Amino acid sequence: MLRFEPFGFLRDLTSRWDLIAFVVVIGLIAFLGEAARGLFIPLSQLDMVPLSLDPRHLPEYAARTTLRMLVALVLSLVFTLTYATWAAKSERAGKLLVPILDILQSVPILGFMSITLVFFMSLAPGRVLGAEFASIFLIFTSQAWNMAFSFYQSLRTVPTELSEAADSFRLSPWMRFWQLEVPFGLPALVWNMMMSMSGGWFFVVASESFTVGRTSVALPGIGSYIALAIEQKNLAAIGWAIGTMLLVILAYDQLLFRPLVSWVDRFKVEQDPSENTPESWALTMMRRSRLIKAGKVAFQAAVLATSRAFNFGDPASRVVSSRPKRSLDLLWVSLVGVAVALSVWHVVASLIAQTPISEAVQVVGLALVTMLRVIVLIALASLVWVPVGIWVGLRPRVAQVVQPAAQFMAAFPANLLFPIVVYGIVTWKLKPDIWLSPLMILGTQWYILFNVIAGASALPAELRYAATNFGVKGWLWWRKVALPGVLPFYVTGAITASGGSWNAAQVAELVTWGKTEITAKGLGSYISQAATAGDFHRIVLGVGVMSLFVVVINRLFWRPLYYFAERKYRLT
Amino acid sequence: MSTTPLLQCMEVRKSFPKSDGGELLVLDGMNLELNPGQIVGLLGRSGSGKSTLLRLIAGLAEPSAGKISYLGEPVAGPAAGIAMVFQSFALFPWLTVYENVALGLEAQHMAKPEIRKRSLAAIDLIGLDGFESAYPRELSGGMRQRVGFARALVVHPNILLMDEPFSALDVLTAETLRTDFLDLWGEGRMPIKGVVLVTHNIEEAVLMCDRILVFGSNPGRILSEIKVALPQPRNRLDPSFRELVERIYVVMTARPADSPAVGRQERFPGLGIGSILPAVGTNLMSGLLEAVAAPPFSGTADLPKIASDLQMEIDDLFPVAETLQMLRFAELEGGDLKLTEDGMAFAAASVDERKRIFLRHLLSYVPLAAHIRRVLDERASHSARKSRFIDEIEDFMNEQAAENTLRAIVQWGRYAEAFAYDDVNAMFSLENPT
Repeated sequence: MLRFEPFGFLRDLTSRWDLIAFVVVIGLIAFLGEAARGLFIPLSQLDMVPLSLDPRHLPEYAARTTLRMLVALVLSLVFTLTYATWAAKSERAGKLLVPILDILQSVPILGFMSITLVFFMSLAPGRVLGAEFASIFLIFTSQAWNMAFSFYQSLRTVPTELSEAADSFRLSPWMRFWQLEVPFGLPALVWNMMMSMSGGWFFVVASESFTVGRTSVALPGIGSYIALAIEQKNLAAIGWAIGTMLLVILAYDQLLFRPLVSWVDRFKVEQDPSENTPESWALTMMRRSRLIKAGKVAFQAAVLATSRAFNFGDPASRVVSSRPKRSLDLLWVSLVGVAVALSVWHVVASLIAQTPISEAVQVVGLALVTMLRVIVLIALASLVWVPVGIWVGLRPRVAQVVQPAAQFMAAFPANLLFPIVVYGIVTWKLKPDIWLSPLMILGTQWYILFNVIAGASALPAELRYAATNFGVKGWLWWRKVALPGVLPFYVTGAITASGGSWNAAQVAELVTWGKTEITAKGLGSYISQAATAGDFHRIVLGVGVMSLFVVVINRLFWRPLYYFAERKYRLT
Repeated sequence: MSTTPLLQCMEVRKSFPKSDGGELLVLDGMNLELNPGQIVGLLGRSGSGKSTLLRLIAGLAEPSAGKISYLGEPVAGPAAGIAMVFQSFALFPWLTVYENVALGLEAQHMAKPEIRKRSLAAIDLIGLDGFESAYPRELSGGMRQRVGFARALVVHPNILLMDEPFSALDVLTAETLRTDFLDLWGEGRMPIKGVVLVTHNIEEAVLMCDRILVFGSNPGRILSEIKVALPQPRNRLDPSFRELVERIYVVMTARPADSPAVGRQERFPGLGIGSILPAVGTNLMSGLLEAVAAPPFSGTADLPKIASDLQMEIDDLFPVAETLQMLRFAELEGGDLKLTEDGMAFAAASVDERKRIFLRHLLSYVPLAAHIRRVLDERASHSARKSRFIDEIEDFMNEQAAENTLRAIVQWGRYAEAFAYDDVNAMFSLENPT
């Protein structure tokens, strides 16, 4: 199985480029916020077809939601192939592009919805189309970064001999890209697409129905259906929506990802037939229908034709040692300089100047509360799922059933389940500050489980026999055999879970049931209140502080832990 | 026609920049001429720069100085008439055998029917018919390398470059492929005019080449050029064949007559703490000492003989033999490995005695080990950071070599119980963990 590598190539703990990237990203958000404020158009007259809670409409809604998802995925793919390629091929650009990608990964985009919404509404001629764009853009932001990272990493690790073979047979850069680099990067890319989809489902539901100031938007889809059901306190409708979503994800898995994973297995470079080739009935079917073959022939013809038509780059030209020219270097540095200066100016002018210090202090305080929540929840989830995962992973038969189930649960948008929990909180009058917290980890805990299962299954049988043979049992066995064995896998899972929980905080710390609004104190609820109010300063401030927290925690805690675990405990 | 050499290298030099701003010289003073109808072998140990030279010829890298010309024209980038066969095959796993072979022609924008005709002809020539639609992962190593050959031949190159093409194959498969290749070459059925073969296998070089350039290391340079006038097919058991093999062993084990120039990094003893140490394990050393001490060698072994007895290639055998020489357990001269008195004593000793002998030699003949021990003895804490020694030896070698050298010293120091090393904290100390 392919592994998800959370940090790509950024092995250094910090570099000045990180700081620059952070300033640029936050500056960009502040700038968009400013621009959007000027463009604010009342959206009250959105001519939308009213939604209906009749379950008969659900197939159509599901189709709309799925389509949004697919469009976003295609956009992410296009972004990946261009951005990552640029970052990998130009050393100069890569220095800034890669840290920017890393920072973007940590920005909780959900709170940013209202800004992007207004921005896209102003771009699109039809208003509903603008809302669609905004929704798709939001899903895109939840999918693109890790895909781009994975492809960047693949581009940097193309085996030397394959690369030399391509050079020595004088493939043009265009052919080289399609015949060598893309196929080589595909297995990791497909795996990351699957991961992205999980995040995407979460956002697609959250992004279909929202309120900015006095304007409400509800795009036809499962997310809006659920929002309406919440408004009307209709538990049965929520049940229908959850059922539909399960079917949709199942279909996606069986019809898209299974075939893809099974198909890209042949793209892996280690050339020995792997013991367990992933299987897919859908792929077998497609193969028999010669669909794939026809597609492949068409693809190769297209690559050849385009290569011939444009003759990108002269294949006979010397493999240039990319020695950057001084003048270009200067231009690049000054461009980055201007971007940084503008960002700083925007952040200072629009944010700091208009935000009282007390507000900033309060936001940091709220961030600390949310951080405490995330830490406690990850700890609790680990206490539960690590032993369970190890137990399952050591029993191949059980793992065969539980592993896909856990992966499936991770893909399921947990926010669909929120209403049920909220209903409970309202009914039993529970304390929201505590009882809303579990929602943050509802969807992300599964990453811990399935990574630990994968780790325990990968524990070599001989090691386990040795432990048994020497009578290593009980607590000693957990301490010396099981826990160290799964540590690298666990850390990977915990990193994903932690990142996801920060993002989920924005929807989990503030929930509604009918007219009742339940709030837990924290940065997430601060951002979503600001978003609902259309208060751009507060949104940018909240998003900025949250990004800062996530970045710093990653740099100071997760990343060192990850490399420590990889170095010391990875069994090769 | 035959007066123009296919390929000419003149005073070629290649160096790589080091992280500290200096330069690492890997190839120096390379002169080579390839004439039509010849197979030239580049023979040397890993790190002697022979693969680097091959990549320069292929146009995959640029020489730092000197000139490489192909048919009288300077080589600038991969040339159309030069094709390469790779050690690890370098097949595209997502393309079938046919697609892999056709790729080079497609890159030249050839017409489709022509591509088909030539690809199938190459596949046929190399004995791959029937495998056209197979993926590389479905093939055995030998079949994969056949695809590598077909892929190179299909572009009808004048020069075929081969980078240790048989070294990733098992002995029998390699022999079959070699024979098949020599048959096709002898019958003139391949569309190639000349071959450059990189190898570290002495017998392979003598078996296949018309001329052998023997490479020395640090920096890579030509030690000797040997003509092989034996008629094909050659017989490994033929006395004149054996004699050539023996002669090459002698060349490769000869101490550099002209004392090393200043700044040159040598593996031979007497250079202070700046010498690069090979990562040779103590078990390997003991093993070789025992083998040479025992009959039939009884202390003096002919290198070709012991290499074939122990089934070791020169890349395995030479570093061990040289380390034994450095530690004064053996002498390497004229293609023979001769144990010293202490070497014989070591072979006969018990585990504890061996450690004592090894400790004595380590501290006497490996200046870096003595240096580390002295630092640890002098300090009150009896401990020192690894980075301290890394910094010191990096004045003499690049980062990677410094890292490898320290790894070797840690291994030997631990065996001799000269000092202890804690990897987590990267600390040397005198005490062993409790």
